[in-house]
Amino acid sequence: MDQVFRALADAGRRRLLDRLCEGNGQTLGELCAHMDMTRQAVSQHLGVLEAANLITTLRRGREKRHYLNPVPIYELSERWIRKYERRRLSFLLDLKQQLEGEAPNG
Amino acid sequence: MDKTTFVYTTYILATAQRTWDALTVGELTRQYWGGLMNVSDWKPGSPWEHRNPEQPGQVLVLGQVVECDPPRRLVMTWADPAEAGSPGKHSRVTFELEPVGDMVRLRVTHDELEAGSVMAGKISDGWPQVLSSLKSWLETGRALAIFCTQKREARQPVG
Repeated sequence: MDQVFRALADAGRRRLLDRLCEGNGQTLGELCAHMDMTRQAVSQHLGVLEAANLITTLRRGREKRHYLNPVPIYELSERWIRKYERRRLSFLLDLKQQLEGEAPNG
Repeated sequence: MDKTTFVYTTYILATAQRTWDALTVGELTRQYWGGLMNVSDWKPGSPWEHRNPEQPGQVLVLGQVVECDPPRRLVMTWADPAEAGSPGKHSRVTFELEPVGDMVRLRVTHDELEAGSVMAGKISDGWPQVLSSLKSWLETGRALAIFCTQKREARQPVG
């Protein structure tokens, strides 16, 4: 998970993920076309994203296509967002039960 | 019609065989896949179904087994039962399992999908949930609660 956070901590890499979100399965050349970075820099960023499992690459003949892999982002949201949301929801549930428990019958 | 492809990868601390079983044995899939069962004899050409065991006869996804090479590679077609009659609506799912150290790398490729279709929207929400839940279940014995809860609520009859 450290690797995922580190990979996401760079604006250029987040932009690359956004580009893949708009159009999944792009080649390095296609991704470079919309980035104000050198091909080499884009290629390095893609390497970091792949190492963090945020993208997956597939070879189709001579082409290498890049696919957004949202599974680690989903795991991150389960671990770091849902968990806290749940606590808030269970607080509301407790409160509801308390209030209802105190309400006069009938 | 434009076709689109989604590829999902997850690393799971489990053997390829356990992971394979978790994908192909209905009694296991229901533990983490929102209570639903994958049912087939997994022979090439055989049908497979994604069933709701709590409502007999309810099939949510169906298709045919294209390739089956346990515990490495499983290819199947994938369709909404309501659209099963139109070949253009059948997409394809490939599971590839590869041991990496003491983990398995599970890659799911969902291709031949109609771009912008309802199914494309559903599966791009669904696979990250299913794979995260599968990983959690294999590694800790607990599926993702939120996923199961959502499904249970969705199944409750209205009114």
